[in-house]
Amino acid sequence: MTAPTGTRTTGTRPARLRTVRPRVAPLRPAGRTSKPRRSVLLTVLTGIVVLYSLVPLLWLVINATKTQPSLLSSFGLWFDGDFALWDNIQRTLTYNDGIFVRWLSNTLFYVVLGAGGATLLSAVGGYGLAKFNFPGKRGVFAVVIGAVAVPGTALAVPTFLMFSQMGLTNTPWAVVIPSLISPFGLYLMWTFAAEAIPDELLEAARLDGAGEFRIFFRVCLPLLAPGLVTVLLFTSVATWNNYFLPLIMLKDPDWYPLTVGLNAWNAQAITAGGDVVFNLVITGSLLTIVPLIAAFLLLQRYWQSGLAAGGVKG
Amino acid sequence: MIRQRRRSVFTALAGALALVLAACGSGGSDTGTQEQFSAEDVQAALDAGGTIKVWAWEPTLKQVVADFQQKYPKVKVELVNAGTGDKQYTALQNAIAAGSGVPDVAQIEYYALPQFALAKSMTDLKSFEADKFEGTFSTGPWTSVHAGEGIFGLPMDSGPMALFYNKEVFDKHGIAVPTTWDEYATAARALHTADPKVYITSDTGDAGFTTSMIWQAGGKPYKVDGTNVKIDFSDEGSQRFTTMWQQLISEKLVSPVNGWSDQWYQGLGDGSIATLVIGAWMPANLQSGVAAGAGKWRVAPMPQWEAGGKATAENGGSGLSIPTAGANKALAYAFTKYATAEEGATTRTKGGAFPATTAELSSQEFLNAEFPYFGGQKANEVLAQSAKDVVGGWSYLPFQVYANSIFNDTVGKAYVSDTKLSDGLKAWQEASAKYGKDQGFAVN
Amino acid sequence: MAPPQPATVVPDVDESATLGADKPEARKTRKTEQPRRRRSWVGWRFVAPFLVVFALVFLAPIVYSIYLSFFQNRLVGGNSFVGLDNYGEVLTDPQFWSSVGRVSLFLVVQVPVMLFLALLVALAVDSGRLYGRNFFRLAVFLPYAVPAVVATLMWGFMYGTRFGLVGNINEAFGITLPDPLSPEWVLTAIGNIVTWEFIGYNMLIFYSALQVIPRSLYESAEIDGASQLRIITSIKLPALRGALMIATIFSIIGSFQLFNEPAILQKIAPNAITTDFTPNLYAYTLSFSGQQYNNSATVAIVMGVITMIVAYLVQLRGMRKDG
Repeated sequence: MTAPTGTRTTGTRPARLRTVRPRVAPLRPAGRTSKPRRSVLLTVLTGIVVLYSLVPLLWLVINATKTQPSLLSSFGLWFDGDFALWDNIQRTLTYNDGIFVRWLSNTLFYVVLGAGGATLLSAVGGYGLAKFNFPGKRGVFAVVIGAVAVPGTALAVPTFLMFSQMGLTNTPWAVVIPSLISPFGLYLMWTFAAEAIPDELLEAARLDGAGEFRIFFRVCLPLLAPGLVTVLLFTSVATWNNYFLPLIMLKDPDWYPLTVGLNAWNAQAITAGGDVVFNLVITGSLLTIVPLIAAFLLLQRYWQSGLAAGGVKG
Repeated sequence: MIRQRRRSVFTALAGALALVLAACGSGGSDTGTQEQFSAEDVQAALDAGGTIKVWAWEPTLKQVVADFQQKYPKVKVELVNAGTGDKQYTALQNAIAAGSGVPDVAQIEYYALPQFALAKSMTDLKSFEADKFEGTFSTGPWTSVHAGEGIFGLPMDSGPMALFYNKEVFDKHGIAVPTTWDEYATAARALHTADPKVYITSDTGDAGFTTSMIWQAGGKPYKVDGTNVKIDFSDEGSQRFTTMWQQLISEKLVSPVNGWSDQWYQGLGDGSIATLVIGAWMPANLQSGVAAGAGKWRVAPMPQWEAGGKATAENGGSGLSIPTAGANKALAYAFTKYATAEEGATTRTKGGAFPATTAELSSQEFLNAEFPYFGGQKANEVLAQSAKDVVGGWSYLPFQVYANSIFNDTVGKAYVSDTKLSDGLKAWQEASAKYGKDQGFAVN
Repeated sequence: MAPPQPATVVPDVDESATLGADKPEARKTRKTEQPRRRRSWVGWRFVAPFLVVFALVFLAPIVYSIYLSFFQNRLVGGNSFVGLDNYGEVLTDPQFWSSVGRVSLFLVVQVPVMLFLALLVALAVDSGRLYGRNFFRLAVFLPYAVPAVVATLMWGFMYGTRFGLVGNINEAFGITLPDPLSPEWVLTAIGNIVTWEFIGYNMLIFYSALQVIPRSLYESAEIDGASQLRIITSIKLPALRGALMIATIFSIIGSFQLFNEPAILQKIAPNAITTDFTPNLYAYTLSFSGQQYNNSATVAIVMGVITMIVAYLVQLRGMRKDG
């Protein structure tokens, strides 16, 4: 964790902590002033949770190195004689004329448009909620949360029928458009914008005669950057992992995202004359999560500071 | 400016609502009189060319489509795998309800066809004079594509049942391959006693298997006359099956491994699941999914209720149908005919599918094919004979897709608790009847 | 959920004396000396794009579902208006209520366990007493990156009592673990998958909230002789209330909408996971296997209302503690 840097923290101190904090609270120092003793016991105890988190992933990695026959006949948590990882990866990428690569690029496309768009809509909307007072404002979030409470799977058919009327089914837009909505993203951006953007800045810009949207894009958006990265990451995960909606909306495997494609491969085993490819399902699963994990690792300092500085706090 | 913006929000909302209402209006199925098509119309459509969309998951169709397009260069066939079985029916039903995105041709399993036929979602192929194919297909599948007076598809493949068994396991323990169900139960005990890891078969409750077994036993639990439906699992045939199978379940002689799971494939390979009573399309799956079983498996006739009998049943199998909402029906029919009754049937049989046409079933090339997987056995001889011995008079419910989907909610209990199979079937009967009534059928 | 109040709505008059560049509260205070923001429609322009898409993908289907819930479409007999009949049917449907009971049980057991574990890890990581803190934080978070489909397929493989990990363990130790996919254990098995997927996510939410507590607070508490436990209960936990509230509300919604995990596991445990296992699965079966769109829409609306009520009650309770 990188603590929010000084410049960014200026003006972003969360207001609602004041119930527990003395009013004279200074800014949190970037480093710790006194280092607590490290504890072996605590490390071991937390290690159990880590083990719990990692063992299934380890299982995935190990089994991605096995061939279809040895997948079923060898101990799950250790390697088998043949190390078939490269072979599996190669087969996964080339199976069915390389459809996996197609699914991967579809997924990327959905993430770029869906998660990117969701982040933008959340940022604009969250900013609007945080910095303007307008009639009906209190109702907006209530409606959003209320709508989220209705089970999405049950709405799938009505959504399908509507999209079908609009000619959107079996097109990428049927996946992208619903991905544009992230209630959690809206909430994060709302709280983040409330604190990251000083009102004086807006007043000053307005006095200079700048239009509201110009102010937003030129002045405010840069200040929202850590929040944007956070929301982008969360919406990317949501879009990347989206399964149910594309399953219903798409019939053409050429437009499948990875999740639907992998499940289709898994289902091949039950098709008369179908090719049984559990090993490719496992290797494909591994390949599916690798890009996300890489993104987490690469971007962690940004999104964690975004979360800490704005989003979810007391 | 502000007001304008505001209005745009409401306009968008209103637009969305209008769409919703429009969608509501288009739900019904049209029941207009059917157009008639002559052979010339179909030929004309082929000459004119065009594009048709085919929803099917059957792997051998890929080659058929390629050949078809080569033969008729003006025609383009888009083959789409829109899901297997009920997944595809769901998609199909959604598309039909929405009135758009409906394919021109759809693969539909026999058990699901009555549902589509009843709703008039599929074209009655009598309008294409499909009745002249009487005799082209073997009896089981040909009966299966009929509903009421109409013909709602052409049979693509069939699944006459047979006993697939792991010969190595039987030889090792010196147990004879069963020819009757009594022998089957005896063999089940003997195998499991000889090696507690070995089970005669696996079963965790499968609607298709159960109904096929009752079919073979002579049961006729479903009686359908238009919208009058009778469901009764207390008839003799059903009882016969439940009594015998209940023994196997109670004595824990069937492996509790789900069909088609990784464990199941594993069990078929390592000898812990010794037999499968299943449709004739199974060889392709054994070859691709159970490489470890190569050379060990054989095919025998389905065990009988009476010694010396030769009754069998169909298990699975599907045909190609033409949705009424499809745009180019003449061309769709041309493809359907090609894939099922003409060259396509040969191509698909060569690709490993089990045919539904009598010509293929009786061709020497087909019957004499030696399967290295089955130790050189001419397995098709057994399977083709089974196709001839299918018990007649069976029918599925006009809402079998739903009924099958709740099979494990009811009958499944018999596999994981003390519930008896017969009680499970009774619960299934009641749940199915309730659904039928909800849907406006006159049940019982 | 408590909509966060924009800072200016809460006047902090008592802070007006402590002006300083690094004191945001001070800035807010100064703000209150100016006239309050006037209500205008400008804000709508920013919220509108979100709301338009939202209306299309959320509100319109809900409105459509409400419309559908007043009709009954049959295979035989067609479509007819039935008023509130569908609601009467759903509200007296034992299958529906048993599924609601099941997710409620899930909610009161799985959610506290998951949040408690997440909280423990967050506190442990935040305490600075761990070796390899960054590794811990990241490792626990990683499962969140795994799609529910992949996670369930993976756990499904592992749950196998014959060739899966459970089978391996049984064989290695000569024991017989209960079958995770038996009817008695399958809810626990699903709970385990969901817990595994979301511990890290919730941990991160808590951890982020902990990170913004000024360290000086701990120091002064330590000087006053407060124990670690005391620091946790009187400084850290109160600071986490908002984060806990968010996590709880989202977990409630998640539990009531439980679908992906049971739906995918159903293929390998068909007798344990019935088609009415969760309300969402029930609605799915009604609509997708049974074409009972009307009943399905009714279940969706009823479940939405129940979820809102529960979420509201939980929030109310949280607010009262706040006061």
